[in-house]
Amino acid sequence: MQDFRPKDSWTSRIGVILAVTGSAVGLGNFLRFPGLAAKYGGGAFMVAYLCAFLLLGLPIAFAEWSMGRYGGRHGFNSSPGIYRLVWRNRVAPYFGILAMIVPVCIYMYYVYIEAWCLAYSARYLFGAMDFGPDPAGYERFFTHFVGIHAHGESLSTPGEGLLGSAVFFLILCFVLNFTLIYRGLSKGIEWFCRWAMPALVVCAVLVLIRVLTLGTPDPAKPDQNILNGLGYMWNPVKPGTTFWQELANAEMWMAAAGQIFFSLSVGFGIIITYASYVKKDDDIALSSLTACAGNEFCEVALGGLITVPAAFVFLGPQVVQNPPGTFGLGFMALPHVFSQMPLGNAVGFLFFFLLFLAAVTSSLSMLQPAVAFLEEGLGLNRKASVALLGFITALGSTGVVFFSKDLIALDTLDFWIGTFCLYALAAFQTVLFGWVLGAKTGMAELRRGAEIHIPELFRYVIQYVTPVYLFIVFGFWLRQNIFVGTADDQPNRLRQLVTDPVVAAVMIFVAAVAVLFGMFIAQAVRNWRRAEAAGEEVAI
Amino acid sequence: MTPGGWIVMSLSVGGATVLLAWCLFKVLSKPGSEQHLHGQVDIHTPDMDAP
Repeated sequence: MQDFRPKDSWTSRIGVILAVTGSAVGLGNFLRFPGLAAKYGGGAFMVAYLCAFLLLGLPIAFAEWSMGRYGGRHGFNSSPGIYRLVWRNRVAPYFGILAMIVPVCIYMYYVYIEAWCLAYSARYLFGAMDFGPDPAGYERFFTHFVGIHAHGESLSTPGEGLLGSAVFFLILCFVLNFTLIYRGLSKGIEWFCRWAMPALVVCAVLVLIRVLTLGTPDPAKPDQNILNGLGYMWNPVKPGTTFWQELANAEMWMAAAGQIFFSLSVGFGIIITYASYVKKDDDIALSSLTACAGNEFCEVALGGLITVPAAFVFLGPQVVQNPPGTFGLGFMALPHVFSQMPLGNAVGFLFFFLLFLAAVTSSLSMLQPAVAFLEEGLGLNRKASVALLGFITALGSTGVVFFSKDLIALDTLDFWIGTFCLYALAAFQTVLFGWVLGAKTGMAELRRGAEIHIPELFRYVIQYVTPVYLFIVFGFWLRQNIFVGTADDQPNRLRQLVTDPVVAAVMIFVAAVAVLFGMFIAQAVRNWRRAEAAGEEVAI
Repeated sequence: MTPGGWIVMSLSVGGATVLLAWCLFKVLSKPGSEQHLHGQVDIHTPDMDAP
């Protein structure tokens, strides 16, 4: 079969870097990282964080960029095609099922969170986010808005109109995302990221300036000032412990590794797809490092100076010591903070708008791998592939919105797909690069056209240290969350699969999506074989 | 904020900022970072197929 369509591609190098950075920068940069750093003591945590960045995050990013460009120069833009190219084995492309369901199923709930950010920013813009000095007002609004009390609760918006409807904002986000995806790589994703990422940084810097100039807003509480807020975040030693005691905390090392891993968006199968559109001799080493550096800047230099210091100044150390989870901090505690802050409405709008931009650039990257596969493997045109993907993700998101009690559907997808399957996929890709493609061949690919020197040491890091590091973190996570369990209030995830009908229904839906993609991959493999037998260089 | 806190914050924030600035300088100082990576040659037309 001949393909007369022009191949989709990036139009500039800075465009692909911004797109990958946008894929990585998300809510975790501004909400999760500061909470972890404050919890474990800034100094010790940053040591563990730096080690995880150098030994886990950066090597996996290098591996994904290398395999992506390697696949791209052989005519493949999708993970199943690239896995099959790297590992000449019949089962190889079927690992692509993971690379399809991970981003697609994460999108199903991530777009809902994106809608919350858009809704909050719109409410700040229209002055509809002031629920008074009582923190319970913010909690009441959020829990009803997302429907935590009962399934389908968020479908009703008594007295709030469209501004109180999560579903309305979800539809807006869906339309925006799929319009951009339909426009293609350069006219959609790249175009959006080229203005959204600078706009995100400008918003964050404006919020940062406001936070750093807070001084001591309440003279009756002189200890709650911005310097103490920064100290709470960054002081290397917590009261009653030493730096070395903090450093010996294994849980902190796992938390730091997990944060780096999720924050850099490595292991999603997204970078592989993005990098496959880069020309065969273009640099990927510096581009990869720049994208990682962009993410770290947003996380450490912006996120690290905004969230916790602001919460400390207005709400005191007790909120930071016992953070109400990522959602609680972001959507309940911070709006309460903004309500007490001079220029709080403007700051609230900027903060949630920057979260919205970060979420859109991430959610776009979750759709592109599946679109690339449907076009490449099945020969579908853009309209058909976008429509099919839109249908699948709309079904999933509808389930996430409806089964909202305790955010059970969202939590189930986040646990099994957004964490478990993500670890599994990253582990597979790390082994694929280090041991199947081979670290030597992989490093040669990484160095082709490289504008920075990659030390030879990295070859051994990628081959030995990174897989071991990743498997230890994965094993620790499995032990803590599945086999042994943690706190009493945490559900037993395995038992939940058979005792909770909603959890079971969500996982049956995920299994159905996985089977569907498995069938698509089987058909794609037949198409690729036929094309190869016919001597075509580029598959369908 | 203790002196240790200032040091940790300066190293962390400064390190992340300097790394990004250095990377962006390297990327943008190389001619062609804004030029098209692909062009018309990527359009697959029938005359490019092997006979």
